[in-house]
Parts: sequence; C-alpha cells; structure tokens
Amino acid sequence: MADTPPDKNASPNQGAMPEPVVDHGRRWVPSLVWLIPLLAAVIGISLVVKTIWMRGPSITISFVTADGIEPNKTKVKYKDVDIGEVKGVSLTDDHSRVLVSVELTKDAKDFAVDDSRFWVVRPRFAETGVSGLNTLLSGSYIGVDAGHSDSQRKEFTGLEDPPVVASDVPGQRYVLHTDDIGSLAAGSPVFYKRIPVGHVERYTLDEDGRRITLRIFIKAPYDHFITKDSKFWHASGVDVRIDGSGLKVDTESLATILMGGIAFEDPPETPMTPAPAGSEFALAANHIDAMKAPEGYHVAVVMRFHQSIRGLLVGAPVDFRGVEIGNVTSLGIDYDPATQDFTSRVMVNIFPDRLQSFERSLPPESDRAARLERLSQLVAHGLRAQLKTGSILTGQLYVSLDFVKNPQPVQFNPATDPIELPTVPGDLEALYDQVQQIVAKLNKIPFDAIGENARKALASLDTATKHIDDLVQHADHDVLPEIRDSLKEMQQTLASTQASVAPDAPLQQDARQALKGVMDATRSLKALTDSLEREPESLVRGRKD
Amino acid sequence: MTAPHTLSADAVPAVTTAAEAGLVACPHCHLLCRDAAGDDPALRDRLRCPRCDGRLHPRKVASLSRTWALLIAAAILYIPANAFPVMRTSTLLSTQNDTILSGIIYFWTSGSPELAVLIFSVSIVIPLLKLVTLSFLAVSIHRSATTGTRPRAHLFRIVETVGRWSMLDVFVVALMVGLVHFQGLAVIQAGPGAAAFGAVVVLTMLAAHSFDPRMIWDRASAGPPATKQTPTGNRHG
Ligand SMILES: [Zn+2]
Repeated sequence: MADTPPDKNASPNQGAMPEPVVDHGRRWVPSLVWLIPLLAAVIGISLVVKTIWMRGPSITISFVTADGIEPNKTKVKYKDVDIGEVKGVSLTDDHSRVLVSVELTKDAKDFAVDDSRFWVVRPRFAETGVSGLNTLLSGSYIGVDAGHSDSQRKEFTGLEDPPVVASDVPGQRYVLHTDDIGSLAAGSPVFYKRIPVGHVERYTLDEDGRRITLRIFIKAPYDHFITKDSKFWHASGVDVRIDGSGLKVDTESLATILMGGIAFEDPPETPMTPAPAGSEFALAANHIDAMKAPEGYHVAVVMRFHQSIRGLLVGAPVDFRGVEIGNVTSLGIDYDPATQDFTSRVMVNIFPDRLQSFERSLPPESDRAARLERLSQLVAHGLRAQLKTGSILTGQLYVSLDFVKNPQPVQFNPATDPIELPTVPGDLEALYDQVQQIVAKLNKIPFDAIGENARKALASLDTATKHIDDLVQHADHDVLPEIRDSLKEMQQTLASTQASVAPDAPLQQDARQALKGVMDATRSLKALTDSLEREPESLVRGRKD
Repeated sequence: MTAPHTLSADAVPAVTTAAEAGLVACPHCHLLCRDAAGDDPALRDRLRCPRCDGRLHPRKVASLSRTWALLIAAAILYIPANAFPVMRTSTLLSTQNDTILSGIIYFWTSGSPELAVLIFSVSIVIPLLKLVTLSFLAVSIHRSATTGTRPRAHLFRIVETVGRWSMLDVFVVALMVGLVHFQGLAVIQAGPGAAAFGAVVVLTMLAAHSFDPRMIWDRASAGPPATKQTPTGNRHG
C-alpha cells in the first residue's frame, strides 16, 4: 500500500516531495492495545470462575437399571425445574447396579442431603394408575424429593418406584394392621367421607408372617379427623352382602374397584381429639366390621333353643332392640338323655360396651358378681333370647334379646360359665304353635255326624210337613179355624226353619232343638188327627176315656 | 507489497524501497512524502500527511505489538469458545446445550460426517491455524529470519483470505437464533461460547490486519528495517 509504482522513477527527486506535517500530539495507542488481551483474559477467567461458581455438588445415585438415562441429556428435576444433569453412567464393580453421576446446579445444593430421595421418572403402568406419560416424548428424567436433613451426602441409592407422597406435603403418617392386604398397594387412596385424603405409602409383612403392617399418609388438614377411636376398613372393590337387612352393595368409589382403598370414620359422639402421628389402628374387612368395635371386652353366653336353627349362621348378629350387641360364635346340638330330646346350642359373644349407657350403669368390670346379679334381675324381669327372621327372602335368622311380657319364671344360674340365657320360642315358632292348636280343635268337630243327623231330620221333617199339609187341607173343611190358623203359622215357622237349616252350619244347634220341638209337635198332631179321624165327635163331646 | 515478484525461486531481486529512498507513502491517501523523521524516533510518531492529515508511517504502526496483543486475546478466548455452549436449544420438551465439539460429534454420529468435517475445519481448525500461523509469522519477524520469505508471504495471504470464512459457525448460530423462534415450540439462544467464538474470529482477523507483511521482506531484501518503533531509522544514517 505504501508503494506507488508510478512514483518510482521520481523517487530520488526528494525536493519535489511534499513535506509531512509535524504533529505535536502524543501517541499512546501501542500501550492501549494490550488492554485487549487483558480484557479477553478477564472475560475468559470470569466465565470459568462463573462456571465453577455455578457448579453445584456432584452426587452419585445408584439404580438397578439405567433405562432412559443418557449422559449430558437426562435432567434432574424438582417440581419440573431443572436442578442438575446426568454427567455419566457407569456400572458398579460387581455389575449389579448402575452408578449415575449427577451434577447439581449451585442453588440445588440443598438437595444433596441425607434424606433426599431420587428415582427415575419414566412411563409407568401400575395398579395405582398411569404416570410419567409426558416422558414418552421428552425422555426420562430423575425426580427428586427434597430432604430436610442438615447432613450433606454424596452417594444415594435411587428408588425403583416414585415415592407416593412427597416429603414436603404436610400431613401425618399412621400405622394400620390387617390380616388381609386385599387389593391394596402402595399408592392406594385413603378416603374420609368418600374424599381422598391420603395414600398407602408402603406395606410390610410382619416378621412372624401373620399380619400385614401398612403405613399410610394423611394430608393436612384431614389428619385432624384421625382420632384414637377412628375405625379403618377396606374400601376395596365392591362389597356385596346378603344379611339380615337384605342385599347390600357398597363401594367407596369407582377408583377403588380398580386400585383398592381404605376408608376411615370416627364413631359418632366421640371427642375429636386428633391422634398423634404414628398411632396404630386395626384395618377391618369392611365398614360393618369396623363399626362393630370396640371388640375388647365381651361376655360369652350360651342359649339353648328347642327348635330348628336353620338359617342361623356363625357371625349372625345378636340384636337388642335393633342394636347389634354381639355375634353368634358357634352353633351345635345337644342331646338331653333325661328328656330324650335334642336342643340347639347357640354360643354368642356379647359386647356390653355397645350399650354404652347401660355399660356405664353397671358396676366396674372387675366386680363380676355384681354384674351377674344385675343380669339375674334382668332375666327375672323377663330378658329372654329369641330367634327371629331377619329376612323372609333369605330365611336368615338372628338372635333377638328382649323382655317378654308376663314371663314365666325360669331357673337362672349366673355362676355357670358360659352364662346360659333363657330362651323363648321364636315368633314364627309361636305362630306355628297357635295354628296347630286351631287345626287340632277344628279336627275335633264331628262334621260327618252333624251332616247325617241333619239329613235324617230333614227327611222326617219332610214327611211331617206332608202330613201337616194333608191335615190342614182336611181341616180346612172340617176343623176349627183356630187350628187351621195355628197350623198355618207352624207351616211358616217350619218353612223358615228349613230355610235356616239348609244353608247355614252355625245355626245347627238351634236347628236341632227346633227340629226336636217340631218333631214333638208333629207327633202330637198326628195322634190328634188320628183320633179325630176315628172319632170326629170327640171335638164336640170330648174324649170318652 | 514490496515489489512486483519475479519468477526466480528464492532470490529476492535487489530493489530500492521507499524507505531506503527516504520516502514515506501516506497509508490513507497514498500520497508520497519525504520521510522527515529520518533517524529521529521522537519525530517518527508525529508526522502527518499534508494532504489528508493521516498519520505517516513507513510501516503499520506498532504492527507486531498489536498483532501479538490480539493474538494473545484470541488465544485466551479460544478456550471458552470451545468449552462453553454456543447454542442453547429449548424445545417444548427439553433443553439442550451444545458446544461446538458436541455439535460436531452430533453430526458425526448422526450420519452427516461431511457436515461434521466442515464444522470441524471451519470452527476449530481454521481459528487454530490462524493463531498458530500468525504467531509463527510474528516470531519469524522477531528472529529477523531471512529465509523462506516467499512461503511466509503465501502463508499470510492464505490466512487473510481464509480467515473470514471461519465466521461460518457464529453466522449459523446467529441465523438460527433469528429464525428458530417459534415461541413455545422451540427457542434457540446463543450461549457464552458463541460470544467467545465470535471474539476469537474477530480478534484473529484484526491480528491478521495488524500484521504488516512488508516486515517479512524488510529483512530479506537488504538491511533490517523491521523493528516496530523505527523500521527504517537505524539504517539510513
Ligand atoms: Zn494522506
């Protein structure tokens, strides 16, 4: 650029050259140019420092499988916010698990604490529903449940299934014991008045293998409704029952049919004192069983019925004026050699607590003698057991306890164990007896003889009336009008008697008497008419003899 | 450029340069003036063109120091340019950060090796080559090398020509940021690496521009005028 070839020939001619102007300013650019690398260094260092500064803790999570996890791609998310990224995936030394190294962001360092939980969010089709569908498109990610511990941690064991309840959800945990897990699983809902208020978190078989311990979580504020008297029961599926009250179909919700569930309720009139977290409860098979409690204190009672107990099942209720106060526990039959008879033996358990006011009026449980004395009084007052039909449709029976009117005195010995309560025949049996008595009485009525007599009487009456007819006709001409009138009246009486006798059975007694009179009368009339025929003058002159 | 080149291979023809003749051409309007500064270094920085008032220098001012400063700055920024993501792609479902190298790996593994090679050469090889080449040229000036002048001149011309194409990657990122902006569906943002990368490209271009190739010949032709402050001063007296 500095060269100008046309000037080349003229270059020695310095005198013709223009003179440059001398500037008096100062040059300082050369030192300024070194600011550029300085600036670059500052920028570069600041970038590096910022990156190091922004880098959070590195943690390692072990999983059974690395399915769906890709280094530099799979994110760690908390509430759908990225808080880290998977940097590498490797196998453990024994190849049993995979180690996923994760770099958390700086503001996510609080997640690297002792009780944080990590799991892989991927599409899941479990009995509790379908989850993680969005990861079908976006790819799996690692979910976090933030811990609250203060101690830092670098190595974690990932969960195979997402936790049911995030640890920051307010609420309380409780423990249930049951014999039968039913269709419950981790994640099954817990209902209160059909509102889902919590979840089953996990369940474990007790070490002795007999019972199952479930841990449930109830969200706030619903955890206030769990009192120490709360009753829990399986709300799983459809509960179909045929019992004394007929056919019952019960289900908590459609969802429970698919995934099971637990419902709870507080018995009415109990103080609403919230139970402390971790309280233990029994899980009943159904609502009815749950509400039968308190189970604790019960009295075994035996009852003997002199009738068939067909239709009475173990578990059938013992009812006192509509309140179920116990259950049948066993059924049997006894032979009494003295009377050569069989009696049905029904064992029941009675829970006095279910008659709360009555229970409170009793002497304390320890004073058994005093309690039995009270029972003796009740029996003396007419307390009897009776079998009753719960449902005509199914023929189910239940045991009813009640006071009978004008009770026949019975021998009651409260000292026996179990206590034997006197019984009275059931309502159906009593009705049956009455019907039998009526039939027996009806059988005693001699309908045959009555009919024969009546026929004979009517036949002779027939003859008699014919005679009377003749006589009347005869007398029409010859006999005194008074006789004719009286005979006419008699004929009318007879006619009406005949009418009365023929159709109507209840009048037979009167009819028989009437017939007897009529026969007497006709006999006399016949004698009279005979003698009149022989000696008509005797009417005028009187009889000779 | 110093002289019209001849066909002879190594021999540099004996020529008289403007500096040797005590002349200086205005770098701005190309007016040829008498070099009034002569041996006086104090005067050297204060000459101005009588026609356009531009600063008069027989060689680019502080060429080597500027070149070095820009080269060092470019070398520093070359690290973040490659270490930091240049592109942040946020789609509906995920967010991905891409460094230049991860982009190259992506194209390579996804079955477009041609693209991978192109990006690799344009984004990594060329800036690196520019850095190395310019450094080599500057060092050779420092050492007052007299051999291989013509290959060095060729090398410089290649650097200058090819340098502008190394913008490609940044250009693509800038284009994508502008184009791919379906709000909610996909957003592409430039990462800190892109800025650093752009800075590297610009700095190497400036370094190449600051480098005065005449310095290559200053030594080769005759006496050495090639020191940054007084390219001609010491010889002429
Ligand atoms: Zn000028």
